[in-house]
Amino acid sequence: MDNNSGNPAKLNTVGIRLNACGKTFPDGTRALEPVQLEINPGETVVLLGPSGCGKTTMLRIIAGLEQPDAGGQVFFGEQDVTPLPIEQRHVGMVFQSYALFPNMSVAENIAYGLKVRGMAEVEKKQRVVEMLSMMHLESFAERRIDQLSGGQRQRVALARALAVRPRVLLLDEPLTALDAKLRESLRAEIDRLLRSLKITAVYVTHDQSEAMALGDRIAVMEKGRIAQIGSPREIYYRPATRFVADFIGSMNRVQGMVDGESLQLPSGLLRVGPRVSNEVLFRPEDVRIVSNGEAQLQAKIVSAFFLGDHTRLILDVGNEQTITAETVDRREFKPGDIVPIAVDSEAILFLE
Amino acid sequence: MKRSLRFYLQLAFTVVVCAFLVVPVVLSIMAGVTENFFVGIKSGLTFRWVVEVWTLYNKTIFLSIGIALATLAVTLLIGIPAAYVLARRQNRYTRWIEELIVLPVAVPGLATALALILLYGQFSGFRISWTFILVGHVLFTLPFMVRSVLAVMSAIDLKTLEDAAASLGASFTQRFFHVILPNCRQGILAGALMVVTLSMGEFNITWMLHTPLTMTLPVGLADSYASMRLEIGSAYTIVFFIMIIPLLVAMQWMSEPAKVKPRFLS
Ligand SMILES: Nc1ncnc2c1ncn2[C@@H]1O[C@H](COP(=O)(O)OP(=O)(O)OP(=O)(O)O)[C@@H](O)[C@H]1O
Ligand SMILES: [Mg+2]
Repeated sequence: MDNNSGNPAKLNTVGIRLNACGKTFPDGTRALEPVQLEINPGETVVLLGPSGCGKTTMLRIIAGLEQPDAGGQVFFGEQDVTPLPIEQRHVGMVFQSYALFPNMSVAENIAYGLKVRGMAEVEKKQRVVEMLSMMHLESFAERRIDQLSGGQRQRVALARALAVRPRVLLLDEPLTALDAKLRESLRAEIDRLLRSLKITAVYVTHDQSEAMALGDRIAVMEKGRIAQIGSPREIYYRPATRFVADFIGSMNRVQGMVDGESLQLPSGLLRVGPRVSNEVLFRPEDVRIVSNGEAQLQAKIVSAFFLGDHTRLILDVGNEQTITAETVDRREFKPGDIVPIAVDSEAILFLE
Repeated sequence: MKRSLRFYLQLAFTVVVCAFLVVPVVLSIMAGVTENFFVGIKSGLTFRWVVEVWTLYNKTIFLSIGIALATLAVTLLIGIPAAYVLARRQNRYTRWIEELIVLPVAVPGLATALALILLYGQFSGFRISWTFILVGHVLFTLPFMVRSVLAVMSAIDLKTLEDAAASLGASFTQRFFHVILPNCRQGILAGALMVVTLSMGEFNITWMLHTPLTMTLPVGLADSYASMRLEIGSAYTIVFFIMIIPLLVAMQWMSEPAKVKPRFLS
């Protein structure tokens, strides 16, 4: 069954290809438009999007828990796995609700995949010990599941999924049920695991910082479609659509009259460069507070929120348009004050 | 310590209610071990009647146990898969089935029995065999098994547990025996005790379906009251209690979650 014993970190990992995989549920819900997706061996792709956009559906199609509509195909490497049920696809899966077996101890949970594969007792024991130590769970081996914290449960779930040395690892919002602190530390642990194992992974989340931190590439999904796929930098700095721009981070949108290479606003002239449009977008952190000489706009502070590491300003730039600015400036900003601001033209985006 | 009048009134009321419930039982048991009930205790205590019941009616006891176990086997075989299907496929039809399955509990046992006789009465071999009673008991007890198992299945996230097991390579059979059954153990046990207790005590349906050769414990009891000395009928009650009380206690014990789920600390 398992032909890659020896180095525990060595996995028989493969790429994933989805070919026109759509999904219409029996009740008529169109959860996924036919999508095309190619995931390279060893790569981590994060499916990111708002609730109900079809992330889980896509993951379940990859896993084999859901069949794509007629014409859809799923490939693992060169193998067409579309007709295979999940138990024959050799995947590892981690669920938001952990889905650990309450009738088994931690060690038995981890060993379960090996047990159904009929692995010899000695080898199985050794593998379980290996997984326990990889996930820092040695002292919990004999515990029952209801004696574990949420973070420990999810580490057991990871160990269980990885124990069988799956070809791909599929994670559906594994951290959503945990509190913020724990989420951060487990995220680091998952990151370390994915890098060291070099396993092909598909990670579903609706948390953009999680997506940024873990993804080699992020597929931003909207209403059953992939709106954009690319590296975190590409997604953040060059969003392809308004939806992506708004979903990842926050984005200011300003309209004005085109005046040469600038946009004319009641508060001044915003330089946008040779390519102009009457609407431009830029991120809050690209708004710089400058000296009066450098100022492009004289904006009026509507409100100011001191957040410790930075201050968030809501600024009025005229024509009833407000923008958000984020600054590390230690000044105390007061509503009603006028601040001179500028935006570098490289930071400006145009989207239809 | 001074107590209020209210306390004494409440105490008196409780005692009266208890006496109302307990005295007939005690009386019946006493009657079963008294030499001559009409003369009273002074006629002496004896186990004679109990022994007589045993010699006259031991067949009914074994038949009752046999039918109860057979009923249990059938309700397990039908009830668990049925509950599984109902739990996994939540739609309009399964909800109807869920309601429909309770019907034999709501309908008077006599009516159920009559329907069975009308339907199968002409198959005389079947009509006179104990399996005819078995059918009645299964109809009556199946809903309790299904409900009990279904309650546990609905409380745990069965679908995700199954998905997880499947992702680890488990076939349907493996999932069923490794994950589904063990995690529904409590519901199955509770349902099983319920089924056995109900089957042992069932009278309405059984009385209609029985023949002189297929008399169960409660039917035998009725028979002995009708045709024997009062002491024998009473002694029979004792036998009945001895059989049924352990089951009731076990059921009570099962329903206390703290005892069923001990927490071991490692
Ligand atoms: N079994 C099903 N039957 C019918 N519709 C379904 C089914 N499963 C999902 N859907 C629908 O398909 C759409 C996509 O669901 P999906 O679970 O993939 O969303 P998601 O992106 O994972 O959302 P979330 O972030 O809330 O988990 C939703 O509109 C959902 O209601
Ligand atoms: Mg989801």
